[in-house]
Amino acid sequence: MELTDVWFVAIAVLFLGYFVLEGFDFGVGILLPVLGRSDAERRVMINTIGPVWDGNEVWLITAGGAMFAAFPEWYASLFSGFYLPLLLILVALIVRGVAFEYRGTRDSAAWRARWDAAIFFGSLIPAVLWGVALANIVRGVPLGPGHHFTGTVLDLLNPYALLGGAVTLTLFLAHGAVFLALKTVGEIRERARTVAARAGTAALVVTAGFLIWTQVRHGHAVTWVLAAIAVAALVAALSANRVGREGWAFTFSAVTIGLTVVALFTALYPDVLPSTVDPAHSLTTVNAAATPKTLGIMTWVAVIFLPLVLAYQAWTYWVFRRRIGVQHIPG
Amino acid sequence: MDALDLARWQFGITTVYHFLFVPLSIGLSLLVAILQTAWARTGNTVYLRATKFWGKLFLINFAMGVVTGIVQEFQFGMNWSAYSRYVGDIFGAPLAMEALVAFFLESTFLGLWIFGWDRLPKAVHLACIWTVAVGSAVSAFFILAANAWMQNPRGFRFNPAADRAELSSFTEVLTNKVLLATVPHTLFACWMTAGVLVFAVAAWHLARRSHLDVMLPSLRLGLVTTLIAAFGILISGDLLGKVMTETQPMKMAAAEALYESAQPAPFSLFTIGTLSGTEPVITLDVPRVLSFVATGSLDGRVEGINDLQREYVQKYGPGDYRPYIPIAYWGFRLMMGFGFLAMIVAVVLLWLTRKGRLPDRPWLWRIAVLSVVLPFLANSFGWIFTEMARQPWVVFGLLRTADGVSPAVGIGAVITSLVVFTVVYGVLAVVEAGLMIKYAKAGPPAEADVVPAEPGEEGGTLSFAY
Repeated sequence: MELTDVWFVAIAVLFLGYFVLEGFDFGVGILLPVLGRSDAERRVMINTIGPVWDGNEVWLITAGGAMFAAFPEWYASLFSGFYLPLLLILVALIVRGVAFEYRGTRDSAAWRARWDAAIFFGSLIPAVLWGVALANIVRGVPLGPGHHFTGTVLDLLNPYALLGGAVTLTLFLAHGAVFLALKTVGEIRERARTVAARAGTAALVVTAGFLIWTQVRHGHAVTWVLAAIAVAALVAALSANRVGREGWAFTFSAVTIGLTVVALFTALYPDVLPSTVDPAHSLTTVNAAATPKTLGIMTWVAVIFLPLVLAYQAWTYWVFRRRIGVQHIPG
Repeated sequence: MDALDLARWQFGITTVYHFLFVPLSIGLSLLVAILQTAWARTGNTVYLRATKFWGKLFLINFAMGVVTGIVQEFQFGMNWSAYSRYVGDIFGAPLAMEALVAFFLESTFLGLWIFGWDRLPKAVHLACIWTVAVGSAVSAFFILAANAWMQNPRGFRFNPAADRAELSSFTEVLTNKVLLATVPHTLFACWMTAGVLVFAVAAWHLARRSHLDVMLPSLRLGLVTTLIAAFGILISGDLLGKVMTETQPMKMAAAEALYESAQPAPFSLFTIGTLSGTEPVITLDVPRVLSFVATGSLDGRVEGINDLQREYVQKYGPGDYRPYIPIAYWGFRLMMGFGFLAMIVAVVLLWLTRKGRLPDRPWLWRIAVLSVVLPFLANSFGWIFTEMARQPWVVFGLLRTADGVSPAVGIGAVITSLVVFTVVYGVLAVVEAGLMIKYAKAGPPAEADVVPAEPGEEGGTLSFAY
């Protein structure tokens, strides 16, 4: 396996980690006004992700940094080409992150309501736009000579990409609802399960449609298998949710998100950003890559530190494994 | 203004803004860790209350540092894609390592610290805040490694076929002499920032004789930290000055508005030059001091701007290789001036409060409180100087800033993002400052509110919950 392939896989893994982990953070954030009927309930919801959301977000920062280091051309073309959507995502992540920390700092209903809105929109916008971005990467964008993006933001709003946005939105909603059902007690847990069933059903339809579309346009035998397992896992998640096995439901919804990402990256390979203008301008794992020397050093660092990160993040989830409810919220 | 100018303004605004929060996060994490260690070792709840009080200010500040940091990583690709293509093989690695090695550690263990008060054994919980403090310092190392390469590119070779710089020795990147001088200089500045904030807030309370039990030890911690850090800044700054003269002579010449080479060279206390930046009009000099600062010898030769310009034209081809002199000159002086002022305030205050004295001079306390702005100004001017005086290069001697900007991003997109970031950052600055002041004034929590429940207790309320 070439080092360029190793790093293509590594970047897929980092995005997989990001979507599986921050996916439920986004879901919880979007469900805040839906499921949290009182301030105490909203605080329960925020506290389920409180200890982990920041660590989850670092998966994105690492994915971005790894892309810059391992595939500078990919990073440069993608980030300058997807300028406005990334700007929106950045602003959303800024206000959402600050909102978690600041909403409890003043004893005022209006203050908290403003930060709740920040959490809602700050979760909704990236939940949709990440799907739009990922779908556009697979579909390809107008890349001209020098791999420069020659399109406009309207090129990014094509039907396939918008369906991709609906996929991440519904999947993250279902994933977040299942996570809430797993981490809470009382009424909110029951309501979360109901929402998980509805969001999961919607996600099933949208995701299946999107993966079939991907299969027809960009797929091969392997993506067919991955897509089938992703959809089957979502069915399993829905069944587990129905019978109140929340741990299994969460595991399966994580598998669905993970395998959807893997299926998309597999469909993309060996391109990293295809050109819709001329295949000669497409970015591939070879022509976008850094030197073998840089990739080699990065590989060592990743081999040592990525397992370490996984270990201490897993430990964090273990430390905060307990369910919480309104009775745990100080008055 | 064209897209290049706007992109530069955006980078300047977002970066100076980001670096208002970063030094305080790095510095306060260490001071909070020290206070919590004092509590763990002595069992004295004064230290626990101090930990919670400064910990709250640390968290309010940390949130801003985190969210503005994502922009930093993304905007290289968004606004500076040509730069990213050119340097990615070298510059990307320290950024990726920062995230993987340091930022994961910081963020994950900060979550454990915030929410772990009654979930973790005391020693493990203490280790969490130390991990945050160490992680944030390691973070600084990697980011500075990336920046030091822009000041003094090392360990690379140019590949004409790919039209980019490629890594030849990562060891050379990590042992860049600019990096070795910048890391202590920056870290000491971070600790000084926290030291000044702590003594300034403590002074506010001491002037009102409130919370003496927590604020007296806090004042001392803040003052001593400031002085130790100031000492470290002076030594590392002296070293950095010499390294800078060697690696970027134009930067040193611009810092001094030294137009003609001189041996020995005077240190300029004050100068007004022509805006074209070719000659001084009024100057006030101290003989030989620049020679010493730049070379370590009282009669060392220091190259002047005009000579260097001629030299660079021969080396790099026709062009203007002079940075904008007034900003370089005043940025350098304001960095040092504000830093020295903070140090002087700390020395005076340490003397006047010796052996627990609380002088009854309102003006003294007022000066101490107002000093809080000094390290932030010094930090900002330091970076404005070091980045602006590297111009017209983005990577010294290799790539001009004008050649690094994204060629395919239109002016409308850059204006949009510049306006959006400025507005969002402006609003958040007001919110953040309001909260810092509110919690600083509120003082430490009462003893009954801080003693944590035993680990593992079921059904209790959550500590430090959002």
